[in-house]
Amino acid sequence: MTLFYVALVILVVVVMAVYVSWRAGRLDRLHHRTDGARTALDLALVRRSSGAYELASSGLLDPATSLLLEDAVRRTKENGSQRAVFDRELAESDLTRALRAAFTQPEFRQSLKDNDGAEELVIAVEAAARQVFLARKFYNDIVARTLEARRRPLVRVFRLAGHAAQPVFFEMDDVLTDE
Amino acid sequence: MRIGIACPYSWDVPGGVQSHIRDLAEALIDKGHDVSVIAPADDDKPLPGYVVPTGAAIPVPYNGSVARLSFGPLSLNRVRRWLRDGNFDVLHAHEPTVPSLSLLACWAASGPIVATVHTAMPKSRVLLATQGVMRSALEKIDGRIAVSEAARTTLVQHLGGDAVLIPNGVATHRYRDATPLPGWPGEGAAIGFLGRMDEPRKGLAVLLRAFEVLAPRRPGLRLLIAGPGDPADARAKLPAALRDRVHFLGEVSEEQKVQALHSVDIFCSPNTGGESFGIVTAEAMAAGAAIVASDLDAFRMVLRGGTAGELFRNGDAADLARVAGALLDDPGRRAELSVAAVDAVRAYDWSVVAREVLSVYETVVLGRKATVGVAT
Repeated sequence: MTLFYVALVILVVVVMAVYVSWRAGRLDRLHHRTDGARTALDLALVRRSSGAYELASSGLLDPATSLLLEDAVRRTKENGSQRAVFDRELAESDLTRALRAAFTQPEFRQSLKDNDGAEELVIAVEAAARQVFLARKFYNDIVARTLEARRRPLVRVFRLAGHAAQPVFFEMDDVLTDE
Repeated sequence: MRIGIACPYSWDVPGGVQSHIRDLAEALIDKGHDVSVIAPADDDKPLPGYVVPTGAAIPVPYNGSVARLSFGPLSLNRVRRWLRDGNFDVLHAHEPTVPSLSLLACWAASGPIVATVHTAMPKSRVLLATQGVMRSALEKIDGRIAVSEAARTTLVQHLGGDAVLIPNGVATHRYRDATPLPGWPGEGAAIGFLGRMDEPRKGLAVLLRAFEVLAPRRPGLRLLIAGPGDPADARAKLPAALRDRVHFLGEVSEEQKVQALHSVDIFCSPNTGGESFGIVTAEAMAAGAAIVASDLDAFRMVLRGGTAGELFRNGDAADLARVAGALLDDPGRRAELSVAAVDAVRAYDWSVVAREVLSVYETVVLGRKATVGVAT
């Protein structure tokens, strides 16, 4: 009889261990996907910066608009990766605002027609900005799910998150047009 | 001369560059010149006759803060039309490194160009200035003016070449007459201070310590303090009995400032350092205030070595109390100083500064045959 109970306890422990390790694996995968989404977001931001810089230095815009964009791009690149997240969010939002101010100027669209290649550069920046919008949406979505998973009692009791850093949302103004 | 001046910042917003341009333009017009200022401004707001508005400026992040600027193809077209219609002998662009009308004007114009740099450029902006669009616009400038030694130094160090130093003028006529604030200077005497309260180099702490010495023996004596900062901090530095004898105006408008200068018997400039010229002191002189200032070189110079205002040992509250006390007891001496100050500050009036600027215009025009046109 006692053998039966011992076997039962062992079974329960094994089942629990399997379950906990499955949950740990799931959480680990979430963290990895957060990293992946973050890389995608960083790439999209860099692509947008480069596009804006290319446009600014093309000589196809008026010099004041060029300088505004160059300044905003430069601020997104300052100090590279050691920047506090907040500064980075601010600089990227400022680039959005500078692009928005430039692109919504009266007669901006018409003026592009006179300069060969200008329209293509603007379209490229807009496409990159759209990608930033999407990448950030996906990143924040996976961050939300990871944070939710980390808050579960089982995860907290067994410290399943281990040493994985708590992911943070990336907040910025990323809407280029006032649609 | 026909002079076209480009202003980068919104005309409706108060600021150092805008008031510099306004005072310069008016001084030049007084001398019989033809002046047109192109500036970002709403067309439906009342403007001086010499201002050509380009429409409301757009708030945009620049250099770490939000600036109101004019840029884009429409602004460029308006600048071109202004240059064409104006037929100027010289174009004077202010702050050409700011992405706004001045840069557009330098870029679009051909012919004699003078530029004035107002603020010291941060290194990051200098890097931008040496490449691309900025460079081709800045290379066209024939004569460069810096309004401060700091602005001149960065310009020379980073961009090479040289610039003439022509400091800001004082629009003395704006300060001459005003009615004092209601109830001032009052029964006893009053001492005035103008400047940031929380900037130690403005020296408010020195004045407060001197007031502590002066006040007990002069029951009517009051302090009038104008400028940004927290009054509670300043008040806390005084003994409780004296606290209600200090009056804080906070940040003041241009008119209130003139009124405040006319509301005191003595104006005190206790600055402990960092003053290159002392514009506030010069304005107080233009208002005919009896000045007591620390003996910084800048003050010694504008006060003509102490004949147009009393000097005390820099940072020495006891010496300030002694000098100010003697002056409070001697209305005759105050009247003398007031006359001497009004006379001395004439050397810094805009009419004098405008003459210097004019000689820069005349010099750059000498080397050019054509007048200002639109670059093709």
